[in-house]
Amino acid sequence: MVIKKASDVRSSEITPKGVYLRRREFLQASAVAMAAAGFGAWAGVGEAQTTRTKLKGPIKKSSFSTTEKVNLYEHVTGYNNFYEFGTGKDEPKVNARNFKTTPWTLEVEGEVAKPAKYALEDFIKPYALEERIYRMRCVEAWSMVIPWVGIPLKDVIDRVQPTGKAQFVEFLTLHDVARMPMQRTGVLDWPYIEGLRLDEARHPLALLAVGIYDEVLPPQNGAPIRLVVPWKYGFKGGKSIVKMRFVEKQPRNTWQVMQASEYGFYANVNPNVDHPRWSQARERRLPDLLATTRTQMFNGYAEVASLYSGMDLRKNY
Amino acid sequence: MKPIAILKAVAFAAALGPAAALVYGFYTQDLTANPGDYITDQTGWWALAFLVISLSVTPLRRLTKWNELIRLRRMLGLFSFFYATLHMLTWVVFIHFFDVKFMLADVAEKPYITVGMATFLILLALALTSNRFAIRKLGRRWQKLHRLVYIAAVGGVIHFWWQVKADITEPRRWAVGVAILLGFRLWWNWRSRVSVAVQRRREPV
Repeated sequence: MVIKKASDVRSSEITPKGVYLRRREFLQASAVAMAAAGFGAWAGVGEAQTTRTKLKGPIKKSSFSTTEKVNLYEHVTGYNNFYEFGTGKDEPKVNARNFKTTPWTLEVEGEVAKPAKYALEDFIKPYALEERIYRMRCVEAWSMVIPWVGIPLKDVIDRVQPTGKAQFVEFLTLHDVARMPMQRTGVLDWPYIEGLRLDEARHPLALLAVGIYDEVLPPQNGAPIRLVVPWKYGFKGGKSIVKMRFVEKQPRNTWQVMQASEYGFYANVNPNVDHPRWSQARERRLPDLLATTRTQMFNGYAEVASLYSGMDLRKNY
Repeated sequence: MKPIAILKAVAFAAALGPAAALVYGFYTQDLTANPGDYITDQTGWWALAFLVISLSVTPLRRLTKWNELIRLRRMLGLFSFFYATLHMLTWVVFIHFFDVKFMLADVAEKPYITVGMATFLILLALALTSNRFAIRKLGRRWQKLHRLVYIAAVGGVIHFWWQVKADITEPRRWAVGVAILLGFRLWWNWRSRVSVAVQRRREPV
């Protein structure tokens, strides 16, 4: 397997982990200090402070990780598309801050030998956590580099044993109007549904993330468990997953239902196939001002190309 | 100073506020993880806002009978052009970095860009002819030309509406605002025509 290394990033540009961790401690300390000084109210400090918890247990490094510069924690957790908590990028951080993710049940159903309901802890327990530093390319032509922590989707699938009929796997996000305020509106069809072909889901790059920066996944990033498929546009990564359903037929994913001419089922990152409203040839690596970074086929994860050999990716966008 | 002069000075300072906030936010790195998009969104929003505000001068003048309000109109219109220019420049510089080929493709292929560019060109024409010299030179044609501002307002709303992914709450609000302001003019126009007709009928033959 070819593992691409981003040799064009100087190691001096990469924030060493110790530094970004210390920076955060500093920010938190100053937030506390400012709140104590009575500035909290008007500065908005503390309005979206969720408790941050280190993940328990060892976290393996992975050779799939990129060496590119990781985005700041504040950017990854403060700029989110999570319509269940608001359509503005800064809204999920605020609106999801009291989102309770314990207890959490995840159900596996459909064409599997072992359909079951799991408490999230039990679902994750059999696997070792891995850090996967991936590029994330949004369909809106921006990208970030995010240090996810999670478990390979492939291992989960092997354990639940899909039957011979299973061709696809669907991921359903929680549908609970009381906890996800925007589900009161019809801005999207709820629950949010995403899906993968079974062989895509079994690709070693596909990840079920439960954390970022070695910490428990914050609500605005899809807590407690979300899908990460780095060679596809970000919207393929279903968040706050409550159900995995193995099916025979290709599912209709939410954005496809919303606007089929703009969002397809495959949604592979592809600089040669434009979205009707955005060119996908280039992207903005946040927080850059210039959107002139060239977008790479499959977001630079060329090893997935064999999944699509013989397919017309213009039609199957 | 006359009240209108004070109002004009205050409005001028306030209208620079959004631009100042962007500059300040940029230097304090407080424009979200995507400052480029944020600047584009904000400048576009204020361009539309000032267009709508300038369109409300005439209705306001008629309702309040404070005729001097007209002295704010050109300034407000020019602020719309100012923010529209910044907005357009973010597209030229941030998105395309002066790449003409990409820009032409964008204008030709993406309807919301086509509409946005057409709207900008209208505002440009209006801004260029907003000085005394042009007003005198164009005479009656000046007013005809400047009625294009109605089309620019509609264009601005369409441009906003078409680039939204799913949540149309905001562009819908602007659409309602523009509809009210243009509706006011239609109604006023219709009423004055009726009253002229009534007057004619009353005149002795």
